[in-house]
Amino acid sequence: MAKNEIPLWEVFIRPRNGLSHKHCGSLHAADEVMALQAARDVYTRRGEGQSIWVVRSSDIIASDPQDKEELFEPTADKIYRHPTFYKIPDDVGHM
Amino acid sequence: MAGVDNNQLFSAVLAIADDHLVLAHRLSEWCGHAPMLEEDLALPNIALDLLGQARVLYTYAGELEGKGRDEDQLAYLRLEKEYKNLLLVERENGDFAHTVLRLFLFASFMELYWQEMVTSKDATLAAVAAKALKETCYHVRHSAEWVIRLGDGTDESAERMADAVEELTPYCAEMFDAGVGVYPAVSEGILVDPSKLAEPWQAVVSRVFKEAMLQDVSMLDGHQRGGRKGEHSEAMGFLLADLQYMQRVYPDMVW
Repeated sequence: MAKNEIPLWEVFIRPRNGLSHKHCGSLHAADEVMALQAARDVYTRRGEGQSIWVVRSSDIIASDPQDKEELFEPTADKIYRHPTFYKIPDDVGHM
Repeated sequence: MAGVDNNQLFSAVLAIADDHLVLAHRLSEWCGHAPMLEEDLALPNIALDLLGQARVLYTYAGELEGKGRDEDQLAYLRLEKEYKNLLLVERENGDFAHTVLRLFLFASFMELYWQEMVTSKDATLAAVAAKALKETCYHVRHSAEWVIRLGDGTDESAERMADAVEELTPYCAEMFDAGVGVYPAVSEGILVDPSKLAEPWQAVVSRVFKEAMLQDVSMLDGHQRGGRKGEHSEAMGFLLADLQYMQRVYPDMVW
């Protein structure tokens, strides 16, 4: 089987209960069953995971790096969106 | 454990340990050579599971024997005829289809074996079985998925898988031979009688073969035997030369 016939998958691992799945890499596999097994073998060999998600890379819709300015730059001067203007009483401690 | 001779129990445990060591060695030969990177990790992972199982079995066998031999001495310092592994596991890897089929045939047998062994009256064997069972379930799952994908894959993969079935079928019957001296331990509830596993195993294999679009064949009347008696194929000598090299050249070396 030629390499380009085997689809690429993105792997997400949840390290512990209560945390969210985090992207940890990608791999090639023929289908979703084999992708899950490969993810287990490639990315959880040292006890990293409690749960695995795999997603076909081609199913991920990504933003275009060229759109970076219009997507992200307008937020740079909107400091009032950061909750940094509240006075936190000392008794509350670390938030 | 009245009526059970420690020597016989030693031989039986040793034979299972040998199966695991030898198959672990065969699978580890794929390291760096597997058809894809993902499988290059998966096969050595499985090899390490099998090696771990072999280690505890050798250690226990050494205790049963009572002559002070440890896992390394049993694994690395015996002569060819003293190894009692199945001929099936010592065969050369062949292509990837042969490799995953052999793993499937052996692992699906061991899954049934460990399931029975979990209730052994021997606490050590029961504990080994409980741990090994989880690992073995995964070996079966992984290898069966490959048998299905190759059997029901391209023309070439189907042909290779069918060839592998034809070549490995004669070697399967030996798995179900109970060695000499196993029966007293079976009736005491210590060991598993492998011959009882033959039909359930054939059912598992037939189910996977059906899904793999492979011809359903009886795998139980093979004629290739000998490993359990220490009569090995030519491949075994070469395998041991590799496996034992370090201990032979640097006796008693440890990592």
